[in-house]
Amino acid sequence: MSTNEVMEKNENVKLTAKDFSTNQDVRWCPGCGDYSILAQAQRVSPELGIPREKFVWVSGIGCSSRFPYYMDTYGFHSIHGRAPAIATGVKLANPDLSVWVAAGDGDLLSIGGNHFIHACRRNIDMKVILFNNRIYGLTKGQYSPTSEKGKKTKSTPYGSIDFPFLPVNMAVASGATFVARTIDRDPKHMQAMMHRAAAHHGLAFIEIYQNCNIFNDGAYEPLTNKETKADNVVVLEHGKPLIYGKNNDKGIRMDGMNPVIVDLTTGEYSVNDLWIHDEFDENPGRSFVLAHFSDLKDFPTPVGVFRQIQKSTYDGDLFAQLDEVTKLKGKGKLEKLFRMGNTWEVA
Amino acid sequence: MAKDVEVQVLEDVTVRFAGDSGDGMQLTGSQFSNTTALFGNDLNTLPDYPAEIRAPAGTLYGVSGFQLHFSSLEIQTPGDSPDVLVAMNPAALKVNLKDLKPGATIVVNENAFDSKNLKLAHYESNPLEDDSLAGFNVILVPLSKQTAAALEGLQISMKDIERTKNFFALGLMYWLFDRPLEPTLAWLENKFGKKPVYLEANKKALTAGYYYGENTEIFTTRYHVNPAKLEKGSYRSISGNEAVALGFVAASYKAGIPLFLGSYPITPASEILQELSNFKNFGVKTFQAEDEIAGIASAIGASFAGNLAVTTTSGPGLALKTEAVGLAVMTELPLVIVDVQRGGPSTGLPTKTEQSDLLQAMYGRNGESPVPILAASTPSDCFDMAFEACRIAIKYMTPVFLLSEGYLANGSEPWKIPDVDSLPEIPVNYWKDKETYQPYLRDENLSRPWAIPGTPGLEHRIGGLEKAHTYGTVSYVPENHEFMVRMRDAKVKKIQDDIPDLVVTGDKDADLLVAAWGGTYGSVTEAIANLQKKGFKVAQVHFKYLNPFPKNTKEVLSKYKQILVPERNLGQLSKMLKMEYLLEVIEFNKIQGSPFKSSEIENKIISILGGENVD
Repeated sequence: MSTNEVMEKNENVKLTAKDFSTNQDVRWCPGCGDYSILAQAQRVSPELGIPREKFVWVSGIGCSSRFPYYMDTYGFHSIHGRAPAIATGVKLANPDLSVWVAAGDGDLLSIGGNHFIHACRRNIDMKVILFNNRIYGLTKGQYSPTSEKGKKTKSTPYGSIDFPFLPVNMAVASGATFVARTIDRDPKHMQAMMHRAAAHHGLAFIEIYQNCNIFNDGAYEPLTNKETKADNVVVLEHGKPLIYGKNNDKGIRMDGMNPVIVDLTTGEYSVNDLWIHDEFDENPGRSFVLAHFSDLKDFPTPVGVFRQIQKSTYDGDLFAQLDEVTKLKGKGKLEKLFRMGNTWEVA
Repeated sequence: MAKDVEVQVLEDVTVRFAGDSGDGMQLTGSQFSNTTALFGNDLNTLPDYPAEIRAPAGTLYGVSGFQLHFSSLEIQTPGDSPDVLVAMNPAALKVNLKDLKPGATIVVNENAFDSKNLKLAHYESNPLEDDSLAGFNVILVPLSKQTAAALEGLQISMKDIERTKNFFALGLMYWLFDRPLEPTLAWLENKFGKKPVYLEANKKALTAGYYYGENTEIFTTRYHVNPAKLEKGSYRSISGNEAVALGFVAASYKAGIPLFLGSYPITPASEILQELSNFKNFGVKTFQAEDEIAGIASAIGASFAGNLAVTTTSGPGLALKTEAVGLAVMTELPLVIVDVQRGGPSTGLPTKTEQSDLLQAMYGRNGESPVPILAASTPSDCFDMAFEACRIAIKYMTPVFLLSEGYLANGSEPWKIPDVDSLPEIPVNYWKDKETYQPYLRDENLSRPWAIPGTPGLEHRIGGLEKAHTYGTVSYVPENHEFMVRMRDAKVKKIQDDIPDLVVTGDKDADLLVAAWGGTYGSVTEAIANLQKKGFKVAQVHFKYLNPFPKNTKEVLSKYKQILVPERNLGQLSKMLKMEYLLEVIEFNKIQGSPFKSSEIENKIISILGGENVD
C-alpha cells in the first residue's frame, strides 16, 4: 500500500487506542509493568498511519508473551523463544505487514537468543520489544539471563553465579539498525521510543525496563523513584550533551575511550566538554560504551535511542532479488522448468 | 574398428564406480547415468559416499561409490550386485569386492596399486598379483599413466592431470557399453567453457579413455543394452530431491500462492534447499535459517501470512523441529515438513539411507498431536507426493509429513514429464467475510478458515494455547479441550476419504502378501516379479499414505494368511499395522544403511513359502 493510500485510509477511519484492545480480560498480575507497555502500544498504534489489519504481533512464551491476545490486530502467541523466527516468516511472506515482536528476557535472550541475534544480523524490517524484568515470572521466580550476578532466586538460593547479558550490546553487536531503551514508568518516553521504532526501516529493538512486582519488585526502583531518578538516569538525545542529575549538575565526558563523570558545578568542566550524543554514528563503539554504564560504579543508566543507522533490509533485498532474477530470466514457466537439462522422447 | 570385438546384447547391467572421495566418482556416475538415460534405457542409481568430505586419500573409509543399474526393460532397483566394478585404487577394490556378482568384470587403475596404497587398504600382498581375484574378469588399465600421456603438452599441473583420470575411466566405460560421448562433451563445454585448459583436459581424458577401449585388446567383448520400452512421452532423469523441489513449485503454481521454504542445511536434504533457491523467477522464497527450529518457525510464520510454506530436513533436524510441529498442529496452519531420512539415532549414518523415522513422524510430539504422513516410493514419485502433501496441507489446514530417504533423494531414474495442465488445481480460499468469520469455524472437511494478516476486519489471534471451539479464544475449559483434541484427530482421520485405496499387485489368490512403504518399493516390486516368474503365488501392496492408512487397508490385509513387512528399521510399520488392525505380520528388518537387495526379499519369501534360494 502506498503512503497516499494509507493517509486516505486514516482520514476515513480515525482509530483510537480502544480499537486496538480486544475483549479478552488482561490476566497479568495487578501492578505489573506489562500494563503500561500494552497501554502505550495501544495509544501509539493508531497514530502510526498503518491500517489495523496490517499489524501483526508475534510472541513466544512468558508473561509478556500474552501480549498479542490483548492487541486487536493479527497476533501469534507461539512457542518459547521462537517469536523472531516466526515473525521473520510473516514478514518474508508479506512485506507490507508491520511486524512486532513482544518478548521477555528469558524468551528473547535465553531460549531464543539465537533467533534474536540472527534477526538483528539480517536487519529484518520488524520491531522487537523486550520486556526486561530480569526474572522468570511465568515459571514463578527463577533468575534470568539479565539478572544481576549474585541474585538470590528460587533456583539460586545462594546467589546466581553467572554474569548477565546487556541486551543493548547484543543488539548492536548483532547488527540491529535501531536500538533504544526505555522504562515502563515513563509512558511519554516509551511512546516516543515506539514512534521512533515504528518509523525506522529495518530491525528496531527497544529494551523496556519492566517491573515484576511479584518476583522481582523494585528492580528498577532507583531509576523510577522520583527522588533518585534524576541522579540515576541519563536521557540520550541526538546532538545533545550527556547531562543528568537533579539540577542538571552532572555530565559525562569521554577520556579517550573511557567515560568519566564530571561535576558541572565546580567550574572545572562545562557543558562544552561533555559527550555529545550521536545516534547516527556509523561506528558502534560509543553505543557499547553507553550500554556499559550499567557495569560502572555510580554511572547513570542511559535511556533513549542508542543508535539508528540505515542498512538494506533482508526482506527488501529478498524481493529485489526475486524481481531482478525474474527480469533477467523472465517469469518462470512450469513446462520449461520440468524440461530443464536433457530430455528425450519415447514414441 | 581396429580389432575384432564381439558385441553382446544384454538385458540389464549393473555398474559401480568406486574410488577416493576426491576422485570424482559421484560426477562420473551421474554423467554415465545421464548419458544412459538419454540413450533410452530405464535406470536406477545408488550413490554411496562417506560422511567425510575429503577423507585421507587411499583409505578404506574414504571410498566413495556410485552404482547404476540400466536395462532394456523396466527396472525398479539400483541392482543387487554389480556386473562391473571400476576401482580407482586398492581401497575401492577391497571395500567393493564382496558385493560383486561371481565372475564380474573388475576394471582397475593398476597405477594406483603401489605399496603405499596397498598398505592404506590393509592389503598384505598385491591382489593384482596373487590369486585373490581368481574367478573375476580383471582388466588392468594404467589409468593414471594413460591420462597423463593423453594430456601431454597441456599447461596443467600434475595434480590436475590426476583429477581428470575419472573422465578417462568414464570414456572407457562409454566404449565398453556402446554409449555416445556427446552428452558428456556438451556438459563439459557448459561447465568449463570459461576455463579452456580444464575443458581441453577433460575432453582429452574422456576421448582417450574411449579410444583406449577401441584400440587396445583389453576387452574382447563390448556390451549393448537396447533402449527400454517405456511408456510414451517426454522423459528426463531426476533425483528424489530434485523431484521434491519441482513438486513444490508445481503445487505453488497450481495453488496460485507463493512458495516459501524455511530450511537449515542437513545431509541428505540440502539439495532441496539448493534447488529451490534457483527458482526465484517462480516467486519461490528460500530462507536459509539460523537453525532447524527457525527453519520450521519461519515457515509457520509464512503460512500464517498466506504462503505455501515448506520446511525440509532429516531425522536429527526433525527432532529439533518437534515442538514447532506441535504448534502447527495446534494453530491448524498448512505446512509441509519433508524428512529425508538417514541412518539414526542421533547423527547416526548421515550419508546412508534408512527408513526409521516413521514413528518419530507419527508420535514424536507432546500431547495428542496427529499429523498426516505421506511417503515417496521412488525418486520420481517424490514429485507426486510433494505435490500431494501440499494439496492435503492446504485443504485440511494441517501440517503434513513427507518422508523421503537418502537413497531416493540422491538416486535417480527416468521421470515421465507430466503435462502441466493435467496436474490438478489446488484451490486456495482465503477467508474474506467479516460478518461470519470465526478463527475456529469448521468446514465440511473440519478445516478452519485461512484468514491472512492484511485482511480488514479479520484481525484475530492464534497460538499454542488451547482454543475455544469456533471462537478461537484461549480456553481452559476441560470439555472444550477434549472436544478440540478429538476434533483435530477426526480431521486427520477424515483425510482417509480423500486418498487412493491400496492396490494389490501380483496374484489375487497369493499365499503371501508383501506390505511395504516408502523407498522399499523397488526391491519388493522386483522380488515379486522374479518370484512370480518362478511360479510363486505372491502379491504386493505399497503404502504411500501412512497416516491415515488408506480406507481399504483392513479389508486388503485380512485376505492374506501371511503378510511379510520388510522394513529398514526394527518394525515400525509392522507395529502400526498390528496396533491398528490387530493382525499378525512377519517382520523382516534390515538396518545397514542401504536399500534391500531384491534377492534378500526373494530369499526371505522363499524361506517362508519353501523352495530354493537365489544367489
